[in-house]
Amino acid sequence: MRAPASASAIRTVGLRRVYRLRGGEPVVALDGIDLDVRRGELFGVLGPNGAGKTTLIKILVTLLAPTEGTAQVDGLDVVRDFRALRPRIAMVSGGENSGYGMLSVREQLWMFSQFYGLPSRPVKARIDEYLHRLGLFEARDRAVSALSSGMRQKMNLIRGLITDPRVLFLDEPTVALDVGAARDVRVEVRRWMDENADRTVILTTHHMAEADELCDRIAIVNRGRIAALDTPAALKGAVESETTVDLDVGAGDDILATLRAVDGVVGATIRAGETAEQLTVILSGDAVLGRVITTIEAHGRDVLTLRKREATLEEAFVRLVGSGIDEADR
Amino acid sequence: MNRLFLRTIIARAYPRVLGFYRRPSWLFMEFAVPVIGTLAMVYVYRGLGAPERFLGFAVLGGAMLAFWQNVLWSMATQLYWDRDGGNLELYVIAPTSLVPVSLGMAFGAVFPTALRAAVVIAFGSIAFHVHYASGALLPAIGIFGLTLTCLYGMGMTLGSVFLFYGRDAWHLANAMQEPVYLLSGLYFPVRALGGFAALGAAVIPMTLGLDAMRQLLLPGSVQLLPLGVEAAILGIQLAAFAVCAQVGLTVMERLARRDGRLVSRAM
Repeated sequence: MRAPASASAIRTVGLRRVYRLRGGEPVVALDGIDLDVRRGELFGVLGPNGAGKTTLIKILVTLLAPTEGTAQVDGLDVVRDFRALRPRIAMVSGGENSGYGMLSVREQLWMFSQFYGLPSRPVKARIDEYLHRLGLFEARDRAVSALSSGMRQKMNLIRGLITDPRVLFLDEPTVALDVGAARDVRVEVRRWMDENADRTVILTTHHMAEADELCDRIAIVNRGRIAALDTPAALKGAVESETTVDLDVGAGDDILATLRAVDGVVGATIRAGETAEQLTVILSGDAVLGRVITTIEAHGRDVLTLRKREATLEEAFVRLVGSGIDEADR
Repeated sequence: MNRLFLRTIIARAYPRVLGFYRRPSWLFMEFAVPVIGTLAMVYVYRGLGAPERFLGFAVLGGAMLAFWQNVLWSMATQLYWDRDGGNLELYVIAPTSLVPVSLGMAFGAVFPTALRAAVVIAFGSIAFHVHYASGALLPAIGIFGLTLTCLYGMGMTLGSVFLFYGRDAWHLANAMQEPVYLLSGLYFPVRALGGFAALGAAVIPMTLGLDAMRQLLLPGSVQLLPLGVEAAILGIQLAAFAVCAQVGLTVMERLARRDGRLVSRAM
């Protein structure tokens, strides 16, 4: 089936998905998602666990049917035209252990390419090319079971690329990778996009910096809805007028809820550091800082250091969702 | 048969065939262990002074045992393991379908398993001087092929069924093992179970297949049903399992898309 010419790589209208669990209340995973991803875009989907990101991806890759609404990928309906759509898409997930451990890297990649009907000789040449590009060529004959997690994830990425999909879905592709491997994956994704203006990538990630670096636009999803959708710069711009302050504070009582209730505090997150807890507060203005410090000290905590800085995507996320991405996961 | 279908079968069979040769420990597990099991039965018959054809019963049963274990552990539970490894959702979103994936699993398993069966037959026959009716070799190979196709059709059907049972699949496979050994008459003439029980057991293709092969290769064996009838029932079973396997895989995929489980590890 030929896809209708369309500037949209992905279009969803009122997309809703409800899970009906045995003996439990229905769970609304997606609650009316309207998306329009342009062809050639690297589009990020950010959100805490349980926000609906994976459900959205599973619907778009035809693994799951929506309860209501419609979704089109590359001009094809994910429910009605799923067979025609499948050759045009690929999905790579972070921490994936797919395939068979006794196969070599090349054999594994070849095996998956055959499920797309690709002729063996050209696909083997393409596999070698990508192995070179991602620095895996030397490990081409190594058993998959002997690969490090970084190498394995690079191999998974190659699996997604060799079928030359029109839309590539990357679900947390750099999760649990070291800095170098994560960078290699990001560089290759960007390079792959740059080679063909029609290629589209949908990226879900927990790494704000990664989304900021890679994505043309980002949708922040929370509780099954889109909380914001814009370019990283525009999302950060929304919190530019506010003041972001990082504070190292000593141990003491839980203060997050109290801080969030302070007049003028737009958002607050806390994470454990090696010697102190690291608190980030977004304030409506500099004048609020005094009240924040008073509140912290009233809880028996010392303010050890204090830094004012420019807002990042993380602050935009906190502003929109109300909590940090890691905190929301917990 | 289109190219995608064929390529999928070959690609899915590949790790099966290769895995067999890349792990030398499997050689011991696949060849030595079944021979030992068959030997035990042969010595029981010898100790009892049973007619020589009973040794042939045990050898043929030992050979077919390899296929049943393969159907149960490498076919029926395989989709379940593939789901846990994350392969199943990759199979589903690929342009191929689950039918050639399952066929690839079957073809990939047949080759090493046939070797195992051949070793059991060769060893048992040479070591204990079991004689077969050589004139019936071709029809026996035909019945063997029919039985095997039925068995793997059953395995493909069970693959979908086991997915519904999730973690219980392992226990289910375990639970099915011994009753099937008994009901299919692996090491004795199935007629000994009594006519009705044996006919009930005929739902397992191995029961009729073994009985038919014994009738052909070991003349004088007690028969469950006339040879032609057994072959006809196997033919019907083949068609039924082929339909059931295809329907099972289609229904499984449809339910997976509707309910959000079965195919994926966790949502």
